[in-house]
Amino acid sequence: MIAGISIYEILTLTSILFFIGIYGFFTRENLITVLMSVELILNASAVNFVLINTYLYPDLLQGAVFSIFIVALAAAETALAIAIIINLYKLIYSVEVKDTETMKY
Amino acid sequence: METIIFYILAAIIILFAVASVTSRKILRAVIYLLFVLIGIAGLYFLVDYNFLAAIQLTVYGGGIIVLFIFAVLLIHHVELELEKTALKKKLIAGALSAAGLAVTLWAISTYPFPETTATYTSIEVADIGRKLLSYEDGGFILPFEVISVLLVAVMIGAIVVAKGKKLSEDRSPKTEDGSEKLIENN
Repeated sequence: MIAGISIYEILTLTSILFFIGIYGFFTRENLITVLMSVELILNASAVNFVLINTYLYPDLLQGAVFSIFIVALAAAETALAIAIIINLYKLIYSVEVKDTETMKY
Repeated sequence: METIIFYILAAIIILFAVASVTSRKILRAVIYLLFVLIGIAGLYFLVDYNFLAAIQLTVYGGGIIVLFIFAVLLIHHVELELEKTALKKKLIAGALSAAGLAVTLWAISTYPFPETTATYTSIEVADIGRKLLSYEDGGFILPFEVISVLLVAVMIGAIVVAKGKKLSEDRSPKTEDGSEKLIENN
């Protein structure tokens, strides 16, 4: 728990971070930058898990454990997505969203 | 003191997040994302959850950002600027995000969060480890094993996918004796 900070301020911060990620997801046209927006969204939710755990249920650990799983999932997702992006670049010489018409191997 | 640090971290996180989704230089956008992730690690340090802060710094700061930088360097020229997004698209996306943010903030501000009497000290690594490997009620042994299987599958999958096949100049799949093998197998 952070002294002097209420849960409302923290949830406001993470909501703003989440919707900045959503904005990037909508506007970006390059697959790598879209993936970066997804990272922002995942991080906002991980912070929510930890801070709701510490503010509302300080004697439990569920949120803390789930945030570790989120980090593992984010790492897995990023590694696979970047592999797909590099493969796509080999196939069509572009990573723009509008050029991505086929995902066939 | 902690209040001031929290506000400084919040300002860093939001400023660099905005810079990261609007910057047109892709390598700079990756570095701004790194600053956001470090700011979030600072938040974890503030609530005394040192283990996740360390994981955040090593996995994100050390692993994912390096992956992003390698992908950018493999695919783009460093100085390359991204195409400008159409103003109409920006406006629609901004309006949608702002509307979603307004709804979320309204829901948060009107929800009565329960008051707790339990006191919070810090989240210890030993407790996390026991919880992750516990078979009892509320233990996390099954998701833990599922995550490890998932990570192995992703590692193999990433290697297989990234190897791929290089195409010839006319953008048709190169057949290095692949076509004959296909017929034989059929």
